[in-house]
Amino acid sequence: MVSLRSPLKIVLLGSIGVLMTVWVVENPQDSVVARLVTYDKVWGLLLQHFYLVGASALLAVVTSVPLGIALTRPRLKSWAPRVLALVNVCQTVPSLAVVALSVGFMGVGSRPAIIALWIYALLPILSNTLVGFQEVDPAITEAAHGMGMKAWRVLFRVELPMAASMIMAGIRTAVTITIGSAILAAFVGGGGMGNLIIAGNNISRAQVLVLGAALPVLMALMADLFFEGIEKRAKY
Amino acid sequence: MIRFENVVKRYPGEATDAVHNLNLEIESGTICMLVGPSGCGKTTTMKMINKLIRPSSGAILIGGRNIDTVDTIELRLSIGYIIQDTGLFPHMTVGENIAVVPGELGWKKDRISSRIDELLDLVDLNPKAFRNKKPNELSGGQKQRVGVARALAGDPPIMLMDEPFGALDPITRARMQDEFLRIQEKIRKTIVFVTHDVEEAIKMGDTIAVLKLGQIVQLSSPMEILSNPSDPFVSELIGGRNSLKMLSLMRCGQIMKTLSPAEVEEARGSPQGILGMKATAQDALSEMLRTGERFIFVEDERHDVVGVLDFENLLERVNRHGITS
Amino acid sequence: MNFFEFLISRWPTILSLTLEHLFIVFIAMVISVTVGVAVGILITKNQMAARIVLNVTNILMTIPSLALFSLLIPVLGIGKIPAIVGLVAYTQLPIVRNVYTGIMTINPAILEAARGMGLTEKKIMRTIRIPLALPAMMSGIRTATVMGIGIGAIAGYIGAGGLGVYIFQGISRSSDQMVIVGAVLISVISILTDQFLGGVQRKLNR
Repeated sequence: MVSLRSPLKIVLLGSIGVLMTVWVVENPQDSVVARLVTYDKVWGLLLQHFYLVGASALLAVVTSVPLGIALTRPRLKSWAPRVLALVNVCQTVPSLAVVALSVGFMGVGSRPAIIALWIYALLPILSNTLVGFQEVDPAITEAAHGMGMKAWRVLFRVELPMAASMIMAGIRTAVTITIGSAILAAFVGGGGMGNLIIAGNNISRAQVLVLGAALPVLMALMADLFFEGIEKRAKY
Repeated sequence: MIRFENVVKRYPGEATDAVHNLNLEIESGTICMLVGPSGCGKTTTMKMINKLIRPSSGAILIGGRNIDTVDTIELRLSIGYIIQDTGLFPHMTVGENIAVVPGELGWKKDRISSRIDELLDLVDLNPKAFRNKKPNELSGGQKQRVGVARALAGDPPIMLMDEPFGALDPITRARMQDEFLRIQEKIRKTIVFVTHDVEEAIKMGDTIAVLKLGQIVQLSSPMEILSNPSDPFVSELIGGRNSLKMLSLMRCGQIMKTLSPAEVEEARGSPQGILGMKATAQDALSEMLRTGERFIFVEDERHDVVGVLDFENLLERVNRHGITS
Repeated sequence: MNFFEFLISRWPTILSLTLEHLFIVFIAMVISVTVGVAVGILITKNQMAARIVLNVTNILMTIPSLALFSLLIPVLGIGKIPAIVGLVAYTQLPIVRNVYTGIMTINPAILEAARGMGLTEKKIMRTIRIPLALPAMMSGIRTATVMGIGIGAIAGYIGAGGLGVYIFQGISRSSDQMVIVGAVLISVISILTDQFLGGVQRKLNR
């Protein structure tokens, strides 16, 4: 069901985005909007947004999944609850504060934006990885060990596949949140769809504002559906 | 008295009736056990009495009144209801749980309060210690006692019990069964008791209705069910060792031969086993096997020997009921 | 000028911005909780309505807060009113969803016992369902409030005041200290609120 309907919905959402863009570009409110919103510019901002989200999410995955795995190994296991508690506290820090802090320490540009988004995306993935591994039934890993599997084989053949859907759920949350938070990058010179919203605000043109708001929403919904599909497939 | 008249229940989308053309009469002040495998319709039958489930056709009468003509809430307030998971309200104390129905009935505060103490005493829980406890502080057996107390709170003439002791460990279950029978001797409610455990049905019931696929296949006393199972289904359900089970239903006090004072004098000092009047015939048999004698003495509460029970006596009792299987 | 000197020299402004921030979030949360709890309870009566409301609140939440606030400007102008409206809209989902699931996911045995004992549906709602759903409701309110504090900072962009002002001004004036003070204070308030409401929630759970 998922494999059939999700792609359809994703295509539908994508077409809405395309139609909205075409509509604004072809029927601008006035010359100011016409100058500001062109196919090239929207495409450019979209790519920038993709880049911000993609880079930070990728960084988050390659850092937090290994970290999560390490924290569930016997040697570091005792640390996991404390790390989880810390992560939970950090997750309450608002995204704007994280972006602002990274600017405060690193100045403006896309780099501090990516770092901020990376840190923010790291938290849900890390907490889900920890929980995913902790939820693997100890009897199953014990059976695997008892059958004579080497520790790393148990990890990759047994634990990781069983925790996979939980990890994917974390990535899904992280990516959806990051798409929204990446709008804030516009404030710190990181670009992305936030530029359109700020510009729309500055020139008070609802058309620009709506387009700038709608495109990230559509992106977030599409990403949510996409990762939902993967998450379901990751379920054993 | 509760009466089922041609009651049918078919759930939507099902091909067969969950309860099929059921006729049943339950005498006031007796325990009627509904027993059978899961899916036999016993719970559905019971839940139709307090309108948790509505019959598709037929009528149910309580004291001659069709329950369709009685207001649902009024009806339910007059029927005690006990279920396996107890359904105690976890956010209320034991006392508050018991107070729910009296509160709905509009009793005064001090009357409710003294009722709580009275009921906790009845189910053998110390009111002072338990009134203000929350359900999650209680053991399984204690929860079920509170469940019984709560169901009795409004002094309903009828009680419905849906596998009330099913989740308890065997020892606690046996103790709860004994205590419940003790309580029933005092309160004499009309009780409809659902169970899948035949032993429980035989032990607790005045009458037993054995259900299969929504129909009653046998309705009779425990003794009758053991001695004359109506068909292979019932015999299989009982699962053999009927004579022993029958013996467990007879009390020594009821079947003993009373002794004259002279005979008592003679018996005094003999090494034979002695049992109380309330001990079962099964206990007596076991005692005979232990001592290697063919008889035992029976004593009253003051430990005076009043009667004798011998092996021939037991044999005759069992044979009188004519074992057929 | 180091960080602490900065904090001391500007403390009256910082304090008033903090209080302003708390004020906006508090007002918004009072409205949001009232509306959210009422809606959450009402939709338990109708599955269709529940599905619609939950979907709408779900979509509301995916709208970037910055965009939502900006879209309110043409309708409500700038200042605290659109900020509060935006915050209320934005924080509905966790409250409505938790109230709804809290009420709907009560152990069926408890409900059956209540019905069997002769309690009316109204009474069951008042004395059983709502009290038992309190911890879940509180958890939703906690999530919503912490979200509200963070989004309240973004409301600074549409002239609502609050600590967000310090962040946005700091960025445009390239004043790292302003940015850091704003960000740190918001973070601290969020964490403290979360811990406090977490404590309340645990108390309700007992």
